[in-house]
Amino acid sequence: MKKTTAKSKRGKYLYYYLFMLPGLLYLLINNYIPMIGIFIAFKKLNYTTGIFASDWVGFDNFQYLFRTRDAFIITRNTVLYNLVFIFLYTILGIIIAIFLSEMRRKRLARLYQSVLLLPNLVSMVIVSYLAFAFLSSENGLLNNAILPMLGMAEISWYGTPGPWPVILTIVSCWCYTGVEVIIYMSVIVGIDRSLYESAEIDGAGKWRQITSITLPMLKPTIIILQLMFIGRIFHSDFGLFYLIPMNSGMLYNVTSTLDTYVYTSLVRLQNIPMASAAGLYQSFVGFVLVICANLAVRKLEPDSALF
Amino acid sequence: MENRLKHGERSFHTIVNISMMLLALIVLAPFLLLFMSSVSSEQSLIAHGYRFWPGEFSLDAYLYISRNTQTIIRSYGLTVLTTVIGTGLGLTLTATLAYPLSRRDFSHRNVILFLVFFTMLFNGGLVPSYIMWTQFFGIRNTLAALIFPNLLLSAFNVILVKNYYQHSIPEEICEAAEIDGTGAWKTFSLIILPLSKPIFATIGMFYMLAYWNSWVNGLYYISDSKLFSLQVLLNNILQNIQFLVSNSNKAGASANVASIPGVSIRMAIAVLGVLPVMVLFPFFQRYFVKGITMGAVKG
Repeated sequence: MKKTTAKSKRGKYLYYYLFMLPGLLYLLINNYIPMIGIFIAFKKLNYTTGIFASDWVGFDNFQYLFRTRDAFIITRNTVLYNLVFIFLYTILGIIIAIFLSEMRRKRLARLYQSVLLLPNLVSMVIVSYLAFAFLSSENGLLNNAILPMLGMAEISWYGTPGPWPVILTIVSCWCYTGVEVIIYMSVIVGIDRSLYESAEIDGAGKWRQITSITLPMLKPTIIILQLMFIGRIFHSDFGLFYLIPMNSGMLYNVTSTLDTYVYTSLVRLQNIPMASAAGLYQSFVGFVLVICANLAVRKLEPDSALF
Repeated sequence: MENRLKHGERSFHTIVNISMMLLALIVLAPFLLLFMSSVSSEQSLIAHGYRFWPGEFSLDAYLYISRNTQTIIRSYGLTVLTTVIGTGLGLTLTATLAYPLSRRDFSHRNVILFLVFFTMLFNGGLVPSYIMWTQFFGIRNTLAALIFPNLLLSAFNVILVKNYYQHSIPEEICEAAEIDGTGAWKTFSLIILPLSKPIFATIGMFYMLAYWNSWVNGLYYISDSKLFSLQVLLNNILQNIQFLVSNSNKAGASANVASIPGVSIRMAIAVLGVLPVMVLFPFFQRYFVKGITMGAVKG
């Protein structure tokens, strides 16, 4: 009897592994082999001998990287943009979610919700077209209609770094606020309506209801979303920073981030040592941040922790 | 007192309604500008630029595209093909990988689950995977480049599906079936799959959207214009124009400029790229919203 169950267990496990084989194989190739490949960052790549036979150089590539001004610029841009984005997504997300949940015409509220999600459905390539329609020097709406109307001189947008932090922030909020709104809405919908009814009987106005009921109920979600964002503060949206400024060299100081730097060094400049050092720097710090953020979440709200 | 409250509430609702309407306009305005530019005549675009209300309406851009359909149809076809293959394969890999991970009688599941999950925490970055795909798999300028790298299977989706199997399908059903002598494959295909349609609709939609909008793999791995999917084609058109504009003063690049789709045609192609998503959105919005909240509730 025992033998047959052992045998059937082995048969069942064999089946289970067969089920998982394609997926695990894909993760092995797509994710795990590149993880092992981070050793490239510690090598001086020699094309004639190949990757494996190239000499080890320890942390030389990192020393070169951090000696350049680029390392500072890309780190600063990645982190600062993310901090501004996190702040604005949250503020806008909460305000809009509260507004939508207070609308009496539920159908209209749902329509607005769909409209807010539209930017999320189109690719960054399309968004770069939309931005181009506003910013193009020759045909753009800003230079052709809006600036003359305000009596201002034309601006060569893709050659002037000054406005870009604002432009990128607007584009990013335009694209992603809708998702935040949905998350906060789903929490607000779950709040017990009787809390509001009794507050109203006690004479609390709308503002009072929002500050004393809605916001405290949202607090755990807000904190968790912040921590998750902070865990990803070393990641930037490659499309946003690469496509929207049209990869314009004059804007690099304010538009290049870790992701665009790795891509440009690797594919455009063929500078593999720099690209791999910057890539590993990003992956490693990112990993540490995710772990820390998760530890913090687990302390506050064990159910929401990733692991 | 009562009156003051009522009054306050009314003005609050006015603020809400007006600001939401303004917000919706801000969100829609760029799309409107894109669409209006695509139905403007080339001359009015060159004279006045992109406008919310064209100086002169014209369907020339769309007529031009309909006469020169080869490139567009090819790109459209490639996008549809990669979306169908990618979504199909992605769903299959996700559904099968998640199944054993949901079974309590599979004692290795925690180890495997960790291996799946770890891919969300750490990655090797672009350089090693770029070298692997191009040097070892020779993926450059192949259809596979549009399907395989990075998009096919997301650990996050695997975990969502695994949780769905676990919480929405009682394990007793599977156990009962297996006692009756049903094999593992039959249990999966006859019981699990039909009961999991809602979750497959949700993550299938995310895979579809990811493939339809995918341009990064094209940027990394495709230089052959025969393999340009719609987004890659659009990206190249815009980049080339920028390149020619910035270089036109130096060299006599005017001959090349003439071969690039005109200002309105460019916008018309972009409209054709957005249109399917916009038209289908009302039908899959429900799944989209569900997917977002599901991901947010349990990371």
